[in-house]
Amino acid sequence: MSLVLLSVSVVSAIGLISGVGLAIASKIMAVPVDEKAENIREFLPGANCGACGFSGCDAYASALSCGETKDTTLCTPGGKETAVKIAEIAGLEVGDMEPMTAVVLCQGNHHNAADKLIYSGVESCRMAAQVFGGPKACIYGCIGFGDCVKACPFDAISICDGVARINPALCRACRLCVNSCPKGIIKMLPLTKPKAAVLCANKEKGALARKQCKAACIGCMRCVKVCDVGAVSVTNFCAEVDYEKCTGCGKCVEVCPTKSIGLLDMKRFAAYRAE
Amino acid sequence: MTKYYFSILLTAVLTNNFVLSKFLGICPFLGVSKKLKTATGMSLAVIFVMAMSTAVTYPINKYLLEPKGLAYLQTIVFILVIAALVQLVETVLKKYVPSLYSALGIYLPLITTNCAVLGVVLLNVQSASSEASFRFLASMFNSVGGGVGFMLAMIMFAGVRSRMESCDIPKSLRGLPITLIAASIVSVSFLGFGGIVENIFG
Repeated sequence: MSLVLLSVSVVSAIGLISGVGLAIASKIMAVPVDEKAENIREFLPGANCGACGFSGCDAYASALSCGETKDTTLCTPGGKETAVKIAEIAGLEVGDMEPMTAVVLCQGNHHNAADKLIYSGVESCRMAAQVFGGPKACIYGCIGFGDCVKACPFDAISICDGVARINPALCRACRLCVNSCPKGIIKMLPLTKPKAAVLCANKEKGALARKQCKAACIGCMRCVKVCDVGAVSVTNFCAEVDYEKCTGCGKCVEVCPTKSIGLLDMKRFAAYRAE
Repeated sequence: MTKYYFSILLTAVLTNNFVLSKFLGICPFLGVSKKLKTATGMSLAVIFVMAMSTAVTYPINKYLLEPKGLAYLQTIVFILVIAALVQLVETVLKKYVPSLYSALGIYLPLITTNCAVLGVVLLNVQSASSEASFRFLASMFNSVGGGVGFMLAMIMFAGVRSRMESCDIPKSLRGLPITLIAASIVSVSFLGFGGIVENIFG
């Protein structure tokens, strides 16, 4: 009996001592927590994507609370709602914020784009791009091994028929995919305004571009002539739309012989994203 | 005498490696070895906690449990003491060494009841009772060696895994299966160290 009592009392004594010790230690060595930063942190999405330019949500929250930055619109995944809320907590003014989405400017799927080699190396766009610019004949387009898919923290990107496609309803405009693409063909576009976008980056002369991809921009200048506001220009045999000027009228889309210009009207996705 | 401690250290690192020979601490070994940075953070925390917990549990065993004939309570008492110790160390670090606190980050509380940590302190007190020369200092060397061995295994395996990331692995083996196979091959490679310490210091 005494042995049982002894063992029980030894274990409980050790437990009691360490418990009391911990309680005292946590009182003495309590670290004052920045409440403002904690509150701000609660409203941030917590994806730690780094779109704000800080190393994560925690870092952005503490930067806002200690006045390192006064811009509350930096969190693109959180959008306008988050910007308003964190501005309220931090006591700052809310700046303008246009909801954006990333778009892959390439239509070079297996049907459109010709192949020039069979690549069987590491399945990564960055690697494949170093072997003669990738397996497709066009060295400007999407390689389709999905470096952007891996970079996306929101599962918004998938590879469809050899070309990356971004779901605007899931995209939170964190720009991680923009930096991951070795061809630099992912661009940010405003979500709520319809814009014409050249879905090609091929800078070869018309005839060669057409051989490389059926949906390539051949630099025919028809879109430039038809545009009322002068938003389209052609440099290096590839058209480009100035999204500031573009009104989204869709005339250039109609005249394009290779259908390489698309009118992107993504308003309907904005509703999904709000949910 | 230095030779003796050095041979204990090397034995713990190479021949009796906790992960690859004793198969303790496999879950952090598989879980956090994906990236070199997290692997290093985790292993630093393991070295730290192993050394601290040996320093605390050895006297408790020697002056409290053994004289009273309560050696069979070792496991439960050690779990209790190590858990409390890690909590205490966490609060102290948070207050006085915030840079180390943020470097060790979540790994410190994660290894509170890690089997490698518990294993090293139990092995220490068992060797101490069976071998007269295995005293406090030898226990400390053994636990630091165990931690360094854990770090060696983690960092090596993080390298192996980063190579596997870019490999074309058969679909049925992707993920954990190929990781376990790779771990077993790394473990077999550590068999090559068998007898090396005895031959150097023997």
